[in-house]
Amino acid sequence: MPSFVIVEKCDGCKALDKTACQYICPNDLMVLNKDLMKAYNIEPEMCWECYNCVKICPTQAIEIRGYADFVPLGAQVTPMRSSDSIMWTVKFRNGTLKRFKFPIRTTPEGTAVPDGGWATSDDDLSSPYLFTEPASLKTDDLWKKQ
Amino acid sequence: MANFETVEVNTDLLIIGGGMSACGAAVEAAYWAKKHNVKVTLVDKAAVDRSGAVAMGLSAINQYVDLTSGKNTVKDYVDYVRNDLMGITREDLVANIARHVDSSVHLFEKWGLPIWKDEEGNYVHEGRWQLMINGESYKVVVAEAAKNALGVENIIERVFVVEPLLDGDKISGAVGFSVRENKFYVFKAKAVIIAAGGAVHVFKPRSSGEGLGRAWYPPWNSGSSAYFTIKAGAEMTCQEVRFIPVRFKDAYGPVGAWFLLFKSRATSALGGEYMVERKDELENWLPYGKVKPIPANLRNWLGMMDVMDGKGPIYMRTEEAIQKLAEEYKDDPKGYKKKMKQLEEEAWEDFLDMTISQALLWAATNIFPEERPSEIAAAEPYFIGSHSGASGAWVSGPKDLAPAEYFWGYANMTTVKGLFAAGDASGASSHKFSSGSHAEGRIAAKAAIEYIVKENPTHKYNDAEIAALKERILKPLDLYQQHHKETTDPNINPNYIRPKMFMFRLQKIMDEYAGGVSSQFKTSKPLLEKGLELLAFLKEDSEKLAAENLHELMRCWENVHRMWQAEAHIRTILFREETRWPGYYFRADTPKIDNEKWEKFVNLTYDRNTDQWNVFTRDIIHIF
Ligand SMILES: Cc1cc2nc3c(=O)[nH]c(=O)nc-3n(C[C@H](O)[C@H](O)[C@H](O)COP(=O)(O)OP(=O)(O)OC[C@H]3O[C@@H](n4cnc5c(N)ncnc54)[C@H](O)[C@@H]3O)c2cc1C
Ligand code: SF4
Ligand code: SF4
Repeated sequence: MPSFVIVEKCDGCKALDKTACQYICPNDLMVLNKDLMKAYNIEPEMCWECYNCVKICPTQAIEIRGYADFVPLGAQVTPMRSSDSIMWTVKFRNGTLKRFKFPIRTTPEGTAVPDGGWATSDDDLSSPYLFTEPASLKTDDLWKKQ
Repeated sequence: MANFETVEVNTDLLIIGGGMSACGAAVEAAYWAKKHNVKVTLVDKAAVDRSGAVAMGLSAINQYVDLTSGKNTVKDYVDYVRNDLMGITREDLVANIARHVDSSVHLFEKWGLPIWKDEEGNYVHEGRWQLMINGESYKVVVAEAAKNALGVENIIERVFVVEPLLDGDKISGAVGFSVRENKFYVFKAKAVIIAAGGAVHVFKPRSSGEGLGRAWYPPWNSGSSAYFTIKAGAEMTCQEVRFIPVRFKDAYGPVGAWFLLFKSRATSALGGEYMVERKDELENWLPYGKVKPIPANLRNWLGMMDVMDGKGPIYMRTEEAIQKLAEEYKDDPKGYKKKMKQLEEEAWEDFLDMTISQALLWAATNIFPEERPSEIAAAEPYFIGSHSGASGAWVSGPKDLAPAEYFWGYANMTTVKGLFAAGDASGASSHKFSSGSHAEGRIAAKAAIEYIVKENPTHKYNDAEIAALKERILKPLDLYQQHHKETTDPNINPNYIRPKMFMFRLQKIMDEYAGGVSSQFKTSKPLLEKGLELLAFLKEDSEKLAAENLHELMRCWENVHRMWQAEAHIRTILFREETRWPGYYFRADTPKIDNEKWEKFVNLTYDRNTDQWNVFTRDIIHIF
């Protein structure tokens, strides 16, 4: 099944202007059944298990069940993503639990400044320097053959 | 014909794709565009936040040359790439990316990507060229900078680009359709950057049930870059240089942390280490058999020889590696516990940042790496010119580095005027990975703006031609509507073929005739010729593809794109009468490397007016 949607939890993203899982899936797999107001994966065998729908769902309605043709049943990997870190819970088939927490970014969401604060370039369109260079290279020496 | 509104987008620079190289192109183009009053538009089939190969995240930046520390030079990187590709590399392109890549990495850090640092504040390396990152949001961060630079009003998502538009020998735009609403898009542009990634599912994957989508390479990159450039008439290069990664079997989780951090060995089921036992085999692939590090395809090859000898499964000996560590720390149980905890976290993060399925598979099979080893295997072939393959368009080098034969006016411009390529879309410049693809997108964007400003090209558009394209692109919807009610099961109908079965047919041809998994990556002239014969039928049947809805219409065109990538691949393997990358494919009828005759690029072009392919060689010119 790869990604699947729990009927009870999915509210069809009623509160949002677009369905979050449908918006994010890189392979265009998540579709909202407008009659039921529930989402589903229309082509599970084309799912990469990238977890982007799982991470974005506001009601935690999406989970992943490993590909049935080679993954035994019973395990679960669950992310909880916040604005600066992600917490993973890994449940083994035999019940063992492992938890991991990793940072995901060092700046507040939305604040990436294109030039990164580096001095921008000399305005010469035909020079080999890109717009933040040489500053962002941390060297003036763009080209030294050896 | 299906009733679709035609939306015309007039712009100066069109960027196709929203992945690493397209985001690099967007950031760079936005800066120069503002100064020169140029309009830039980016179009992606998905949502830029999570599109492309980095959609899930990554656990390492694989290209950082670290020029400031003085430890490495650009030449060192070029040597590494040339050797890994068995000599077939455009040194000017690799050098150009290498001298700019650190700049992109330093930007990523400022934008908010967590790059690991040691106690002295230096980046933590996984290997000589690789940096460790907490990369779950790598793509989100890079996309954010691109969006902030370009403005969301200049980014069009969920439009699938199908075909190039040309005015004589110049690119003049592209056409495609929305996968959300009945809209046909016509992009009119002065220059175009194609950055739509590589291709997967051209070959049959090992898993063909529910796990079909679990290829190492993401199922959404379907050869659109190759199709776009081939159809535009651009010269292509290295179409034979596919990539086959060796990864943990079935879920294709990364092996880097185990080899590099845990210093784990890979052995056959009998316990022999093929890299040691089969060392002599490397003599057959000189001079590249003797270089360090040993080229990826030769490492693959030694493992494959064990498999062919019936010595599988091949194992990553995790239990042994952890045991060794325990011995090292036998007098320091506390230190051991701390070290183990750190390594365990690093190993799991390697999976969770970029191949979550692998974590799921280990958990589902109760794998505790300290107790038992895990199987590794060669995946199916992929086209990814930015990684350890090399397929892509033949592009101009930069003015100050390229020899005259490799320079035609603007860096990264293909042989079609105004059409630029970056990332997986540009060939013979492997090992650029995520960071180098970003840097290359920037290089291409600056050159494209220079082209627009200097040449200010104007284009004529042929409305009848565009109308015909619209009809052809929407035809699968019409075919379905026309016939699907004639049979009780709309899947089985003599008047059309649905895209999934079309894909399976392509995969079967490639698997059996062009050296896929089932034929243990072996092929030969007679097999390839038979494959071409079957591909010709498939090509005819592509006119009968049928789509029930927009999603399926996208699937139809994805598979047409794959089919063209397949044909370019077969024609190139057929032309190169030697075996140069035995761990990627083996030509059984020409089983040896032949440096004298074949240390050359094999390039190819397609002429849309005559429907003829032309395959030929180009010399390798060293700049170092
Ligand atoms: C499994 C895996 C692991 C990797 N690990 C690492 C690593 O650890 N470190 C590292 O540095 N690199 C790694 N790489 C390499 C890196 O991901 C690539 O080099 C890089 O993403 C290439 O950039 P690109 O822009 O060419 O393609 P992508 O980033 O894949 O972008 C392609 C874009 O094109 C769009 N597109 C495709 N077709 C169309 C169409 N017809 N119309 C419109 N848009 C289209 C897609 O939606 C996407 O936005 C890995 C790659 C893979 C697959
Ligand atoms: S994101 Fe979650 S709540 Fe919203 S439609 Fe999808 S599954 Fe339902
Ligand atoms: S896991 Fe990824 S590929 Fe699968 S449905 Fe969710 S977003 Fe799409």
